[in-house]
Amino acid sequence: MTIQFNDETFRDDYTFTNSERAIKRFPFPFHEDSYMYSVNMEQHQGGPEGSIYEKRFDVDEHYISEMKDRALVLDEDPLRCQSLPHMTLAGWDLLELIMVSKSEDYPDLFELHRDGNNWHWINKPLGIEQKFVFMDESTLPYGPMEYITRQTQGDFALLDQRDENLWMDAGMVTTQADWSLDFDIGMNFFEWHAPVPKAHEMGIFKRALKFLLNIQQGMPARRLNWTMTVNPLLDTSPENYHKWGAQKTTLTPENVGQKQYLRVELQTFFRLPRSNGMVFPIRCYLISLEDLVTIPKWGRRLHRVIRDVPEELATYKGFIDNRPLIVDYLSKFDDGAPTSDGVWPD
Amino acid sequence: MSAGTNKIDVVVTDIVPLNELVTRFKFERADGGLLPTFSGGAHTVIEMKDGETTRLNPYSLMSDPADRHAYTISVRRDDAGRGGSLFLHKNVRIGDEMVISYPVNLFALDLRARKHLMIAGGIGITPFLAQIKQLSATNGRFELHYACRNQALGSYVDDLTTAHPNNVHVYFDDDGQALDLENLLDGQPLGTHIYICGPKGMINWVRDTAERLGWPREAVHYEEFLAPQSGKPFTVKLAKSDLEFEVGEHQSLLEAIEAAGVDAPYLCRGGACGQCETDVLEADGEILHRDHWLEDDEKESGKKIMPCVSRFEGRIIVLDR
Repeated sequence: MTIQFNDETFRDDYTFTNSERAIKRFPFPFHEDSYMYSVNMEQHQGGPEGSIYEKRFDVDEHYISEMKDRALVLDEDPLRCQSLPHMTLAGWDLLELIMVSKSEDYPDLFELHRDGNNWHWINKPLGIEQKFVFMDESTLPYGPMEYITRQTQGDFALLDQRDENLWMDAGMVTTQADWSLDFDIGMNFFEWHAPVPKAHEMGIFKRALKFLLNIQQGMPARRLNWTMTVNPLLDTSPENYHKWGAQKTTLTPENVGQKQYLRVELQTFFRLPRSNGMVFPIRCYLISLEDLVTIPKWGRRLHRVIRDVPEELATYKGFIDNRPLIVDYLSKFDDGAPTSDGVWPD
Repeated sequence: MSAGTNKIDVVVTDIVPLNELVTRFKFERADGGLLPTFSGGAHTVIEMKDGETTRLNPYSLMSDPADRHAYTISVRRDDAGRGGSLFLHKNVRIGDEMVISYPVNLFALDLRARKHLMIAGGIGITPFLAQIKQLSATNGRFELHYACRNQALGSYVDDLTTAHPNNVHVYFDDDGQALDLENLLDGQPLGTHIYICGPKGMINWVRDTAERLGWPREAVHYEEFLAPQSGKPFTVKLAKSDLEFEVGEHQSLLEAIEAAGVDAPYLCRGGACGQCETDVLEADGEILHRDHWLEDDEKESGKKIMPCVSRFEGRIIVLDR
């Protein structure tokens, strides 16, 4: 498999595009014509060939450009990457998990050669070659978590497990849907989910935590989450709200198809063997409404979901003001025909 | 989801009797590959085909977590038990093929601790052996207090005192040696975490003493696996699976459910982790709760049961499974 990497931006002139292949493999998150929270988790043990579920860490055409965008965010705000002192071992766990997975899943792009603790890592797309000693921080240019997540798409929350809870004690967060690592660091599962409406009353978080605490080595899990973003922005952070928040007011009936994006997160969960911690990678996929409606089933269904989603959710997800515009646009692609079950195109 | 669904085929490559009661077993991957790394305190569930019965017993991994070539466990023979340890002692030979689960850790080190204070009783030493190896490799500070009956039954006493002469303290009951617990807990530096593995009485003693001395609950960790106890046979009905069968005298409810071909969730099989919690739809009789997972009010409600260790006495129990 060869990937043609895009040269594109996620800011200023927004040259981000999805190829036809990227549109076809987009993780459309709605399996029916309506949406409500659920503990929608399943095993993360591969998926259909070519789909974003196939590999443990999906690498796609946006890889190089996403990594450039991450470096820009970190230059401006180093606090997007933090690790409390007891999380270094979990950082090594994560480095090992990603290097082993990528070198096995994409042997043409990544290589890992191990001789005891002397490791040799080759990342061809980014042109990186690094010899280092595993578990010796002084042999890498950054700490282990920062080193490997500067080379891996998606945000990463590194969680400590203790006292029957999970604690957000480290992370690399530059492509987030309006939450802040700097604010959440050190919080437990219930604390960092406190702003989410409705789900607490539904008992969602209690059940989700119970599920997560029991995820074992070799048994990773995954789920999807979604929101709406104006412009193909990766960094929709509270820290930079003054830069992107106002862009939400630039939607018009003429530009909504190009400027309004459905933002889907593939969230995966892996138990980390040495630290007994967990890593929670949150990978962001963006698709413009204009591209999305090229799959007729998705156009019909998204119209129905956005139209009917409860007001609290639309407010929390930040698109309540633009909902009429979005629904108007999507209604043109909904002929009322029935849709088939499941997320895949017909 | 049962942790046991992720399994590893292994071969027994070494069996070493340590003393009258304890024998060590070594497992390597049957395909010659490497085993998963793990964290100190983790256990594996070993499958034993004992005639008609399949037993799944958890044992703490005691080998170096960084050594991926082999896992070792130490098993104390329990002559009064239901047979798992006896099976390992009497029936398992070098070269035998067995199936074990991926490592699961319900007794992990708190990596924030400035000092790890370990208190072991008897065969409760095994998880600490792996934790000590992990801490030694990362310059972690630990201190072990290990109580056992006497020198002859003190598994790994010599290894530990030789390797860590300043960090290991051993107490032989037969010589009247006893841990001065209050004094020990009183003198610990801020940021110390306590870990206890041993008989129930010891765990309660340390937890109660720590609580009385004002230790924060989060700084006191313990692991106690209960072995399922035998009891009177009883009839169980699984509503979802539409099955009805007997649970034998020496069989646990969970084992009987598995023997009926139903894939029920579990992790520790010792009443500790909560994974196998099952809703009771009807119970014409008395549930004998033996776990330490359910809250007292849940036990009294008669609506929940932990089938790994708890039993039933009466006409029939109907489960939502």
